[in-house]
Amino acid sequence: MNERTHVSEKHFDYTGSKLGMWLFLFTEILLFGGLFLLYAVYRSLYAQEFHNAAEGLSTTLGTINTIILLTSSLTMAMSIATLRQGKKNSSLVLQTATILLGLAFLVNKYFEWSGHIHEGIYPDSPQLLSRSHGEILFYGLYYVMTGLHAIHVVIGMVVIAIMLWLTIHGIVSGKNFNKLENTGLYWHLVDVIWIYLFPLFYLIT
Amino acid sequence: MEQNQPQYTGHTTTYVAVWLSLLALTAITITTAGMHLGGFSTLTALLIASTKASLVFWFFMHLKYEKKLFKIMFLIPIATLTVIIGLTFFDIGYR
Repeated sequence: MNERTHVSEKHFDYTGSKLGMWLFLFTEILLFGGLFLLYAVYRSLYAQEFHNAAEGLSTTLGTINTIILLTSSLTMAMSIATLRQGKKNSSLVLQTATILLGLAFLVNKYFEWSGHIHEGIYPDSPQLLSRSHGEILFYGLYYVMTGLHAIHVVIGMVVIAIMLWLTIHGIVSGKNFNKLENTGLYWHLVDVIWIYLFPLFYLIT
Repeated sequence: MEQNQPQYTGHTTTYVAVWLSLLALTAITITTAGMHLGGFSTLTALLIASTKASLVFWFFMHLKYEKKLFKIMFLIPIATLTVIIGLTFFDIGYR
């Protein structure tokens, strides 16, 4: 009887869990990689049109969102470090800050997109279709790539919110932080994707 | 599970230094984009973005402190993307 309970004791593979998360992130890199490939090909074919279309994007809004996401990566990394150091409350504050920064990013994105839509620039709009082929492609890629990225931000926020709940209830703790760490990996990857989106869409000269 | 966890717990000072470097690189990429470097502007932007991405991977995502296996595995998607993008441009360039 005693031996049986020993056999069925919960086994946890820390490295394996993290390895699985990284494998998932590789598929995410390739997912966005395909879109970056499309972008690269069309930009090389329609360099001038991409340049003209990019004038319609606000560098200021893009820069603010870059700063927001970079800062959220800092709070995310620090929430894991503080939890491991046994400072549960600091970790809870930092996790909440990460979610709020994600929300600020999306609010910015909302104003940015509604600005474009208000000007009549959205996929398949008559005004966009009257423009050159390259500009239509630019805005198509802009909406798909920043949209897919924004969906990732939303998913990240939901998962961090779950981690917040698990941390409050002690399921995620300084000794059992693997779930929070994997969530952090996801959040940082979303930040990395934005690091590439920012110069490719907002800083074309 | 406590036995096979890494000793590294993350240093706040390192994280803040990385964050400040990322902000500085953002300022640099905006400045260089305004300098009209012509054909080099895209290359410069991509190099700066890759430096920023490396900082995030290396420090925030702890790749620096991971086992060798993680570092080798990380090269696989990067190599795959490089080959795909390289071959595509080889195709487009000679059409």
